[in-house]
Amino acid sequence: MTVAQNLTATSPPAPRQRFRFTPAALIWPAMLYLILTTQVPFFMTLYYSLFRYNLVDPTNRPFVGLGNYISLLTDPQNLRIVLNTLVLAGGTLAVTLILGGSLAMLLNRNFPGRALLRTLMISSFLVMPIVTAVVWKNMLLNPVFGFFSWVVSSLGGVPVDWLAQYPMASVIAMIAWEWTPFAMLILLTGLQSLPEDQLEAVRLDGASPWQEFRYVVMPHWTQAIQVVVLMETIALLQVYGEIYGSTSGGPGVATTNLPYFIYQKAFAEYNIGLASAAGVLTVILTNVLAVYLLRMINRTLAHNKGD
Amino acid sequence: MTAAPTTNVPPNRGSAAARTRIQNIVLTTVTYLIAIAFLFPLVWMMMAAFKTEAQAFAAPPVFAFTPILDNFQRALPSYFPALLNSLTAAVGSTILAFLLGLPAAFALAVYPTKRAQNTLTWMLSTKMMPAVGVIVPLFLLYKNLGLLDTRTGLILMYTTMNLPLVVWMMHSYMTEIPYAIYEAAKIDGATVSQEFFRIALPLSMPGVSATALLCLIFAWNEVFFALNLTTSDAAPLSVYIGSFKTSMGLFWAQLSAAATLTVLPVLIFGWVAQRQLVRGLSLGAVK
Amino acid sequence: MQSISQRYSFKRSLTLALSLGTAALLSAASAASTITIATVNNPDMVTMQGLTGEFNKKYPDITVKWVVLPENELRQKITLDVASGAGSFDVATVGAYEVPIWAKNGWLDPLTPLFAKNAALAKSYNLSDLLPSVRTALTLKGNLYAVPFYAESSMTFYNKALFQKAGVTMPAQPTWQQIQGFAAKIHNPSAGVYGICMRGLPGWGENMAVFTTMVNTFGGRWFDNDWKAQLNSPAWKTALNFYVDTLTKYGPPGATSNGFTENLTLMSQGKCGMWIDATVAAGFLSDPGSSKIVNTVGFANAPVGPGTPRGNNWFWSWNLAIPKSSKQEDAAFKFITWATSKEYIALVAKAKGTWASVPPGTRTSTYSNANYKKAAGAFSSLVLKSINEADVTKATKDPVPYTGIQFVAIPEFQALGTQVGQYIAGALSGQSTVDQALKQAQDAANKVAKDGGYQK
Repeated sequence: MTVAQNLTATSPPAPRQRFRFTPAALIWPAMLYLILTTQVPFFMTLYYSLFRYNLVDPTNRPFVGLGNYISLLTDPQNLRIVLNTLVLAGGTLAVTLILGGSLAMLLNRNFPGRALLRTLMISSFLVMPIVTAVVWKNMLLNPVFGFFSWVVSSLGGVPVDWLAQYPMASVIAMIAWEWTPFAMLILLTGLQSLPEDQLEAVRLDGASPWQEFRYVVMPHWTQAIQVVVLMETIALLQVYGEIYGSTSGGPGVATTNLPYFIYQKAFAEYNIGLASAAGVLTVILTNVLAVYLLRMINRTLAHNKGD
Repeated sequence: MTAAPTTNVPPNRGSAAARTRIQNIVLTTVTYLIAIAFLFPLVWMMMAAFKTEAQAFAAPPVFAFTPILDNFQRALPSYFPALLNSLTAAVGSTILAFLLGLPAAFALAVYPTKRAQNTLTWMLSTKMMPAVGVIVPLFLLYKNLGLLDTRTGLILMYTTMNLPLVVWMMHSYMTEIPYAIYEAAKIDGATVSQEFFRIALPLSMPGVSATALLCLIFAWNEVFFALNLTTSDAAPLSVYIGSFKTSMGLFWAQLSAAATLTVLPVLIFGWVAQRQLVRGLSLGAVK
Repeated sequence: MQSISQRYSFKRSLTLALSLGTAALLSAASAASTITIATVNNPDMVTMQGLTGEFNKKYPDITVKWVVLPENELRQKITLDVASGAGSFDVATVGAYEVPIWAKNGWLDPLTPLFAKNAALAKSYNLSDLLPSVRTALTLKGNLYAVPFYAESSMTFYNKALFQKAGVTMPAQPTWQQIQGFAAKIHNPSAGVYGICMRGLPGWGENMAVFTTMVNTFGGRWFDNDWKAQLNSPAWKTALNFYVDTLTKYGPPGATSNGFTENLTLMSQGKCGMWIDATVAAGFLSDPGSSKIVNTVGFANAPVGPGTPRGNNWFWSWNLAIPKSSKQEDAAFKFITWATSKEYIALVAKAKGTWASVPPGTRTSTYSNANYKKAAGAFSSLVLKSINEADVTKATKDPVPYTGIQFVAIPEFQALGTQVGQYIAGALSGQSTVDQALKQAQDAANKVAKDGGYQK
């Protein structure tokens, strides 16, 4: 993974001469643990994906080869689900970066109550996803009882049915609410380590705020942004609880992403064979995507940095 | 973006200073407004916990009300066993993930090879499988190993979930330690374990606390494994909260009370640890 | 030295282990069985959990552990458990749809032999007191596989105050046409009042429950006798057009997010003129603790459509069953017969202080009880009539190869119903047209019938 390469590049990879523990001996316990706990279930999943396997129909379990994969890949609706997954993850990531970045800069100023605000601001990151979903769906977004519709109608507008009219935007807003503090925190720590004299220097040169942001803050943020992008990409491609608790993937399939699709196949239809095949495809897709995306971001950022 | 840092601007003459002050007031107000907006859903939920069911979903919303404790009365009895399970699972899995992950992170950071990169990549890739995709095989494995509905089972699963994170984050903290320090220790004849215990670990301690905080939060908030791999004895708070959700009847106030109880420990912990976290993060993963 | 102390400690720990083992054996011998009960987080089941102490008064040697979850979570959890034979549960709460399917898979203990074994218990339990239609729904090939905890049908709830204001009256047996007319007169969104509330949340047990009863009474069916899907028939089209038209014109905003709970909230706050849903809502709407319309709520039969009077009201029951994988069959049997008995119903009345909140729809004796008639008079006879008339074997105008009113009793229906539910919700929210939705639904139903080997 490129991020990892980038990070290690800071220490010279000099081969070490004398050590008692081989590096391998230090790495293997962790490796072995992960192999046992992830690869065993993964290969079982791979195996199930080759069967017609319905949990509630135990007598009928024939080998179907790649049948499950073929039916997944030939259904045009599934393209929509892949796109939903990308829009959801990408949209949330963009919102959290922009909002989190702005907040980080706002909180990096001296003002009364700054420490308290910073402490309180991380709260929404600590809330259980299922709680977030229930609170947002019922208490905020509900078109009749929700707080937002009350705000809209007391301003004289017509209450909006958020989850039906703007399902994807609503879900993104909900998840961005959870993850913005994370982005804010990491970007803020990036700012705090920015040498003050560097800013002073550009200001004395008469740089505009935009130039200041573009040429001083941005390059300094490169690594912080990488952390946010990597951590959030992994987490956001797996979003499930928030969808389960709010839209149930609907209306239609408007907010069904891959994990929720697999959930539906496995637990609404008990179609374990198909769900397993979808799981395998998701792993492949996610890996390719994560590597590609990070490489791309790295290149952009490296370009930015390269004066 | 006008939100660029404006601290410690040297006092300019006359109108420029006044403009800066106005700008400062505006920016501070904006900051407060955003913060209030962000906190609102949580505050609204906690308020609902003290309302009657009828008040909780009243339209227009009720702001002034006599707080009642009835919701908590129903939520409390089953709370403490679940709290204990959540604590055990979160703390236990974090410790185990560190025991396994720290040495690996150290080795990968201090002896970087091409293979080390691949190892790191592979470890991260284990996090890419959606939990729901592997739940049936996991359930069957747990059943055969007698791990269903045990705290051990939860700890093992959460360790799997957090181990790649520990390795990756700690690896990046440890690579930040200047190589010269290791060089000096090597000249003094330090062994690998001395390098680990005397240099790498103490110098990346802030990273340890930041990473541990993240691990604890993720384990605390995990729902899916908890729901499927535990039933009653080992059921943590994420399952407890589910028992207040119903597809029949009115439940907002009740659920809010249970949710408040569930969120509160991690909130308080997060607030207290936040300083530590900021310091830790600023020393490690982010230069 | 070292080896001696080691041996000593080994010996000591061995003794300790042995004595502990003996203690464990002894305590096991003195009875005390523990049963784990999985149930739905509905108010009636929460009451049952609260009465555990009463159960222990009768059976002090049985310890009860509870797993209480929302319907969907519970269903997925129990299914995974019984399908893999993990044996985590000794008593499972199973819906009317699953009982015959699970019984066929051999996942449930047949109860008939257990009743035969416990003659005294069978006598006091009195199986013949169970409502015949309920008992039929839980019987497969002459064997009873579950006992009913409560049963429900569907009916029309209406707000008398809003009806009066609009100058209309609800007949005892409304037609869908009349319902739409009333809704149009009552609908006044600027005042926060909506003509009609109905389920729009996609799911086989959500929008499809009420919509399938509409299809039935509009003269439609899911499959013909050759298992050819009938979802593109004129009856489905008329029904869906009617449903979409009524709800978009006279329904609340956000109907596609509304299931039972959401509509109950709306109705109890006086925001809906009418609501067609489960009979259990009658109890909630009559509860002053959460309902604002206690004095103005009215009850009527579920509406009938232009096609046939059949299948216009559904049948559902929550039942207690013993999974095959349970190792505590006897203790579990004692529990399920206690929790569905006549004395349990009286116990709930005593604990709750009113007969109106006892689990309804299971026993003839409940409906002949003077106390119950008095407390639940406003709706009890309607509920009984609806349940008695809900015949799972004759729910459609034309013959069908399946049983079930608001569902098709095949294992694949849960998936199919939810999928079709999504298409219906898509049509309701305007994401697709009625014709598009029905075409998708028809294809999905035909695919299920083919893949499942039903179509020859």
